[in-house]
Amino acid sequence: MSDAAKAEIVLRLEHITKRFGPVTANEDVSFAVASGEVVALLGENGAGKTTLMNILFGLYSADEGEVELFGHPLPPGNPRAALDAGVGMVHQHFTLAENLSVLDNIVLGTRPIWSLSLGLRAARARVMTLMTDYGLHVDPDAQVATLSVGQRQRVEILKALYRDARILILDEPTAVLTPQEAEDLFATLRIAVARGLSVIFISHKLHEVAAISDRVVVLRHGRVVAQAGTADTSRADMARLMIGGDIAAPALRPSAPGRALVDLVGVSTPGIGAIPGLRDVTLSLPAGQVTGLAGVSGNGQGALADLLAGLIRPTSGTLAIDGTTPTDWSPRTAIAAGIARIPEDRHGTGTVGDFDLAENAMLERYAAPPMSKHGWLNRKAALGFADRIIAAYDVRCPGPTTPIRLLSGGNMQKLILGRVMEVAPSVILANQPVRGLDIGALTYVHEQLLAARDRGAAVLLISEDLDEVIALSDVIHVMSEGRLSPGFDRGTKTAVELGEWMTGAGFADAA
Amino acid sequence: MRLEPIPAPSLARRLGLPLAALTATALLAMGLAALAGAAPAEVAWLVLRGAVGSKFALLETLNRATPLIFTGLAVAVAFRAKLWNIGAEAQLYLGAVVVVVLGTGMLPWPAATLLPVLAVVAMLAGAATLLVPTFLKTRFGVDEVVTTLLLNFVALLFVSYLLEGPLKDPMGMGWPKSPRLIPEARLPRLAEGLRLHWGFALACIAAVVVWVIQTRTIWGYEMRTVGLNARAARFAGMPVNMVLVRTAVLSGGLAALAGFSEVAGAKGSLTLDLSPGFGYTGIIVAMLALLNPLGVVIAAIFVAGIFVGSDSMSRAAGVPTYIADILLAGSLLAMVLAIGLTRRRVVWR
Repeated sequence: MSDAAKAEIVLRLEHITKRFGPVTANEDVSFAVASGEVVALLGENGAGKTTLMNILFGLYSADEGEVELFGHPLPPGNPRAALDAGVGMVHQHFTLAENLSVLDNIVLGTRPIWSLSLGLRAARARVMTLMTDYGLHVDPDAQVATLSVGQRQRVEILKALYRDARILILDEPTAVLTPQEAEDLFATLRIAVARGLSVIFISHKLHEVAAISDRVVVLRHGRVVAQAGTADTSRADMARLMIGGDIAAPALRPSAPGRALVDLVGVSTPGIGAIPGLRDVTLSLPAGQVTGLAGVSGNGQGALADLLAGLIRPTSGTLAIDGTTPTDWSPRTAIAAGIARIPEDRHGTGTVGDFDLAENAMLERYAAPPMSKHGWLNRKAALGFADRIIAAYDVRCPGPTTPIRLLSGGNMQKLILGRVMEVAPSVILANQPVRGLDIGALTYVHEQLLAARDRGAAVLLISEDLDEVIALSDVIHVMSEGRLSPGFDRGTKTAVELGEWMTGAGFADAA
Repeated sequence: MRLEPIPAPSLARRLGLPLAALTATALLAMGLAALAGAAPAEVAWLVLRGAVGSKFALLETLNRATPLIFTGLAVAVAFRAKLWNIGAEAQLYLGAVVVVVLGTGMLPWPAATLLPVLAVVAMLAGAATLLVPTFLKTRFGVDEVVTTLLLNFVALLFVSYLLEGPLKDPMGMGWPKSPRLIPEARLPRLAEGLRLHWGFALACIAAVVVWVIQTRTIWGYEMRTVGLNARAARFAGMPVNMVLVRTAVLSGGLAALAGFSEVAGAKGSLTLDLSPGFGYTGIIVAMLALLNPLGVVIAAIFVAGIFVGSDSMSRAAGVPTYIADILLAGSLLAMVLAIGLTRRRVVWR
């Protein structure tokens, strides 16, 4: 098919350059997409994939270069023009109105605002046809809030198709899916290209790229470092191109688990909206072991993280830290109990953007000496602490008085890591510790977690990236709808088997 | 037209934009003065001379600035923690009520003990006034913008009732005003023969104290953290609700000191027109000062100067004093715009 399709180029990017202040996000990027073709845009976090797609979609305007759609130049900085030209984008974070039905969400914004009729009957008929044609089945009358992540993604794709998209851009579409759901998505994409659509598939997962794409464009540091047919390129080559060197897999020494430092017995917590809390969870985190927690996002991992971080308390069941049940459970007591907390959202919960590094470093220990005495802050101690972290954890920054919002995600994460690791914690709660980090920072964080394990800390690694959990964990649990699977020792379950647990199969009360 | 963020604005940008904002406002006001039939340059000169052109004018400006420093500090402290206190007016009046109740002879003490007691009790009254909306916010999630704003009217009507009833001066010829404070309850002048009372010094000291609290103590650190990112504050183990309560006590207390200073320093008795909107103008002062406590002193003197200068200009040039309101409203809008543009640049397409 790609031979015949090469005749018609639907999208052409010419010498795109985009800078944010001193940072060059894209430099002289050029490639083209033919109709009926799946092009994988491969690159590490921070390689400039998302920026490039935002330029293509008209959300950013390029400093140099131009975008050509179906032979016409695209006016920059105008998402409407891209939409009208037939570009549909499915973002990493969905843009659906939760309180509306599936059908309403699909139709939303397609009718002129002065139109009195929504034309829902015609719209419904059209949506039903699209569903059958593309194998995207969702109840059109269901409220979006009640849908699973995979179903929501289908709604997003339907939205794009309903707007007559000829080019679908999918930004890390499988990041939130189970392996099985990803297979369904691939089936839909194969139908779409068979019908002449073009797909740009953004990912950093090599096996998916190999499975679905015709051609692969590799980005590194904002530049195109390679373009090749997927069939002509080995995965090892792709990895090398993407990272610019060989990846050193974390050296895994066998673990020597000790006594349980955290014990949950029959713990339940309240859910928040459609996101479940914990349901009768029993878990023990032994010293010297990485316990991995896999699961599709929004299945109760957040509740477990909040519980261990001291933000919520169990409504039933018991929580014991190193054998004793704390009488008062709050962030302060959790910190005092030696729990190092690496939060999921490093911008929203981990740091205060307008504070400098020193003020951020002292966040968890400002109330006690040496950071303060009798209520008076000791700025020198804070600066010294920040300096120590900067040196020991390789935080790249101008100095401890720089506002932390100016740092990259990786350096921000290193500061958080340093802040909690400097006091030799006994338990480490790492919630999505490497999300959005480049390969250097990612490897560094993983090494630090494993080093802490070898020192005898109990590490709980929560991640939506199944590959990450499999690579690092000595024991893996899976969460689904607030329930916790039994622990599986390293190497006893394949990704597909774990994926089945992620969908809820295997639990005792599974229907 | 789009806005693009500037992560690290230069010093020139951070200082230049606010100055440009004030210049633009001054030009606007001069244009309006021209429309009113006066010579713009002369009007500007008259405002300046009326505000700071003589010892009398300068002292008048500082007198007028005194309550604005207190209410400006009250607002700056609260806004810094994202506690939206629009009720400095109510806190000011309840502080004044307490001063009048205790200072008209109920406590027959010498000034050295009476004045501190009056100040502290007034602060408690102001704090209590703000604690009610704060409690409603932390406990039930009621929006404090609405409650503090509406409490202003409740407080004003309450004072009106007091002045018509229990606090009415029997010697007042039927006017709704309170009896006069005893001499021991009056704030002395800063120097013999100088029309400036100790309230101004107290206001400046308060500004320094607030600045020290905010930048040097863990309470201030907590307030700033809660204001900038309440989720991060909670995650770090800060008692977020307690921090809001402390902020409310400080903010309400500062606003009440404006009432104390006006009654004990300037007026000597309580009337319904004790405050011509000092509580609301405090918001402008705090915003112009970018919520910096030391900046509040400068901003309050600037705002007071515009009021006093415009009054004097109006008498001389026959241009309505409403020009002062336009100047203030204009400078606030221009300043908000300037602050917004400090971290963003406009890209024209």
